[in-house]
Amino acid sequence: MGSFTQLVYLVPLFPLLGFLINGLGWKKIPKSAGGIIGSLAVLASLVISIGIFFEVRTAAAPVTITLFNFIQSGKLQIPFAFQVDALSSLFLLIITGIGFLIHVYSTSYMHEDKGMTKFFAYLNLFVFSMLLLVLGANYLIMFIGWEGVGLCSYLLIGFWFKNRDYTNAAKKAFIMNRIGDLGFLVGMLMILLNYGTLSYQEFFGTLKSGAVLVPTTTYNWIAICLFIGAMGKSAQIPLYTWLPDAMAGPTPVSALIHAATMVTAGVYMIARSNVLYDLAPMAQNLVAIIGVATALLAATIALYQNDIKKVLAYSTVSQLGFMFLALGVGAYTTGVFHVMTHAFFKALLFLGAGSVIHAMGGEQDITRMGGLSKKLPITFITFLIGVLAISGFPFTSGFISKDEILLAAYAHNPIYFWVATFTAVLTAVYMFRLLFLVFFGGFRGTEHQAHHLHESPWAITLPLIILAALSLIGGFVQIPALYGGHDFLNDFLAKAGIPAFSNESDPALHTKEYMMLGGTIIGLLIIFFATRKLFAVKQFGGEYKGFRKVLANKWYVDEIYDAIIVRPLDMFSDLLDRFAERMGIDGVVNGVGKTVRWGSDRIRLLQNGQVGFYIFVMVLGMVLLFALGFFWIKITI
Amino acid sequence: MILILLIVIPFLSGLISFALKGNGAKTMALLGSLATLAFAVAVSCHMYTGDTISFTKPWIPNLGTQFSLFSDGMSAMLCLLTAIVTSVVVISQWNKPVDRPSAFWGLMMLSQAGLMGVFLAYDALVFYIFWELALIPVYFLCSIWGGERRIPVTFKFFVYTFVGSLLMLAALIYLSIQTPGVNSFAWGNMVQAGRSLSPLNAHWVFWLLFIAFAIKMPVFPFHTWQPDTYEQSPTPVTIILSALMVKMGMFAVLRWLLPVVPDGVSYWANTVVIMSVTGIIYASFLAIVQTDLKRLIAYSSIAHMGLMCAAAFSNTQVGMHGIMVQMFNHGINITGMWLIASMIEERFGTRDMNRLGGMASTTPKLAIALVVIALANIALPLTNGFIGEFMLFNGLFQNPSNYHITFMVLAGLGVILGAVYTLNMVQRTAYGSAGEAAIVKDLSINEFIAITVVILFIVVLGIYPQPLLDLTSGVANMLVK
Repeated sequence: MGSFTQLVYLVPLFPLLGFLINGLGWKKIPKSAGGIIGSLAVLASLVISIGIFFEVRTAAAPVTITLFNFIQSGKLQIPFAFQVDALSSLFLLIITGIGFLIHVYSTSYMHEDKGMTKFFAYLNLFVFSMLLLVLGANYLIMFIGWEGVGLCSYLLIGFWFKNRDYTNAAKKAFIMNRIGDLGFLVGMLMILLNYGTLSYQEFFGTLKSGAVLVPTTTYNWIAICLFIGAMGKSAQIPLYTWLPDAMAGPTPVSALIHAATMVTAGVYMIARSNVLYDLAPMAQNLVAIIGVATALLAATIALYQNDIKKVLAYSTVSQLGFMFLALGVGAYTTGVFHVMTHAFFKALLFLGAGSVIHAMGGEQDITRMGGLSKKLPITFITFLIGVLAISGFPFTSGFISKDEILLAAYAHNPIYFWVATFTAVLTAVYMFRLLFLVFFGGFRGTEHQAHHLHESPWAITLPLIILAALSLIGGFVQIPALYGGHDFLNDFLAKAGIPAFSNESDPALHTKEYMMLGGTIIGLLIIFFATRKLFAVKQFGGEYKGFRKVLANKWYVDEIYDAIIVRPLDMFSDLLDRFAERMGIDGVVNGVGKTVRWGSDRIRLLQNGQVGFYIFVMVLGMVLLFALGFFWIKITI
Repeated sequence: MILILLIVIPFLSGLISFALKGNGAKTMALLGSLATLAFAVAVSCHMYTGDTISFTKPWIPNLGTQFSLFSDGMSAMLCLLTAIVTSVVVISQWNKPVDRPSAFWGLMMLSQAGLMGVFLAYDALVFYIFWELALIPVYFLCSIWGGERRIPVTFKFFVYTFVGSLLMLAALIYLSIQTPGVNSFAWGNMVQAGRSLSPLNAHWVFWLLFIAFAIKMPVFPFHTWQPDTYEQSPTPVTIILSALMVKMGMFAVLRWLLPVVPDGVSYWANTVVIMSVTGIIYASFLAIVQTDLKRLIAYSSIAHMGLMCAAAFSNTQVGMHGIMVQMFNHGINITGMWLIASMIEERFGTRDMNRLGGMASTTPKLAIALVVIALANIALPLTNGFIGEFMLFNGLFQNPSNYHITFMVLAGLGVILGAVYTLNMVQRTAYGSAGEAAIVKDLSINEFIAITVVILFIVVLGIYPQPLLDLTSGVANMLVK
């Protein structure tokens, strides 16, 4: 075991300390110090993570490090343990690397905010939870991180807590995640019931050896339950509607939590559980179908959104759909690869959007922007790179990872391929639209805004430049052999037992790859000009009509959920309160009390103080007794 | 001997409090509860190794009853909880004036003595006497210091629980008559008698005992006394009721029902689980529509108790162990909830959540405490609430019934609904703009100490629950057939 690997507990510990310092001293620590503490904590984790990454490259097997016994009760043994392997070390790099850049960015972006120290405390707590999520050596530790990141997401979406809409969005995010979490919990309990363990090593070991025989249905159910958890966290149909609302949070939060890291937790979970999913074909198909459907649905919505962050949010949902498609067709490495490239370009796009919003004085409506390329040159260039990467411009990171997904989908089922390709076209369309509306044409904002347009300070532009570089070349770790690459990531993740989609052998796929390269270049050119024409500014004077209106209103999914779930449940609670509780159960209880009282009232009347009545009752009683005795004797005789 | 101190110290400090005036009574109560706490810690440390302590003195031989006390891990843990909660309550009330303090604190301490007795009794008659001894001071506390509607509400509470007590007494007497040899109320003999009951008798003995305990916990549909009583009682009493007295019901199920009438239990287990699970969902839905902070907490507590009760009748080791952990943690968390609720009411003059808001700006410390305790209430991992809940769900899921998945998933809906009402509460009280409530004091020192103790338990036991698990593992194993 390498020396960095032994120190793995420090990786989550630093952000935890950062959280404690900033969290307990939020009143006394000055804003800038809070930012520095927060950033340094993540930087320290990043350094160790890099060390771990290089050690894992040469290490033979996954390393498990047990800190203490978390829950020990009879046969139930759950250690608080970390597993260091290729998969977790890759995620460590993504989380701490991008996390650090976003912390640096935030020191400038949040500088005007009074709650900046608190913001960094939350951000550190998030990084801590996310690191627990990927480091855990069993599902329960993953679950701890899983709910922890949900909490931080809740706190950060509702960071500006005075605004009721924002806190509503925060609540919605948490509750929708909880729905998924219930699935996760049931999945865990099923694993425990059937295998008596939650540890990855033991569970997957048993699965591989086939020592415990369970019917395929059980595999499917466990896998589906876990996937329900992933639907919530990674915003897939039907639990995706919280993510666009989550844009209420500060923009760095959107970049870190709602684009680069937290929302990819579901992908991590399924990649981690690949052994299980390979045994559960039905669940796997479900993952693929939900993934491709989500990708398409979200892309159509993104076409007509006018809020810069909403466009990016739907784009994130759509890209997550791509990742699940990859997982569902068995290309686990490809899914993880797309997590990585997406983390680069989507964090870049969000941070770029933040820079734009910053310059525009808080404006997020792209119909009121335009022509910013000259005023914000660095933001423009980097944003352009982000757009090219997400659209799949040849040899950017997005191109390499997306192509791999499409090829894997084609090998599995051509229908997936065509739907996904169509979605990729839509992706390019809405991203170019965004680019044109924000950076090209004339400025459509107010005079006041025009005066204050300025490029952001270095703390904002430097992360943009680094991320832009990564978006351009980050995919080179996985250049297909066809173009002279050597699939580094495939080999690396194979150490963690993650199977890759291999396109080395099949010549038919080679042809496809060339076709896609050509198709992409031609397609992007067409899209570039078509979008420029179709979505020119004058195209949307006023309201959208017809089908465009449906898309602009997000297919009315929120309204439908409201009508068929939220409101009926509210009504149901109200009915329970009024009828079942007050009139029903409590009515019965009070009724019993009243009956007793009423009965006593009646019986009390017997004691009316009239001697004659008493004598009458006495005689009546004697007669009755006599009669009873008489008959009793008769019967017994 | 140390066991009897756990009862005598609060009892005597209660009596002395009656005689003292003003702050004297409060001081006595604090000293008494801290001394009890010290002994409870000592007992728990002793139990930690899996040991037990018992104490027996002849009492009324003609009735077949002895003054018999017994402590295993579960008793020790509940005594510890009682001592902790009482101390926290006294500290939290330190700066708050109360009418007739000597009577108030005297009764509080007497009630604590009764609770200790309940958790330690090893003789059915002694158990019954302490059961009532704990109830009667609480009745007076509610009816004298309670809110506007205290008279009818307390009356209902008293009659309801007293009816339950009588049912229990009838069952206990019947069992003692069935004991082999000379009639006896000793636990061991009761168990023997209960196990040799004919099936028919086992049924009704089960129901008599169960209803008595179900009213106390309370389990749906025997819960309607609870929200009113919690709402009308003064906060210290509400805390005693909800953190400790509901545990009497749960404890009684574990000590005086499951081992005593095993045939009745196994016959009716599914029925009880269905009742409990219904109760979880039912109470959660009701919690969603409450606008009064105290009523919301009351319904939330019913939902939590429902989960414990469902696990108690699932006959799994992990479920039983989960109950142990959850009894303690629920006691801590609900104490925190009530403290927060009362602090809010004192500061803003209302418990109506529609009129609250903005605490995060006006009283940030209080708001942070509220959020942390609320998170424990929804069992977020790394808070103490999670450990118990995870084990309880686990127990419910391993329920031998064919419907175990249904039970678990339905109970799990409570997790989602719990998030709904708890986050609603946070949003309506802590978030939003402050409005007119301009100058409000944040936590005072004694309040800060009380809340900090609660939060420390939440965090420490959430990260490292093993001490609590070790303390109670012996009992949990014993309870499973």
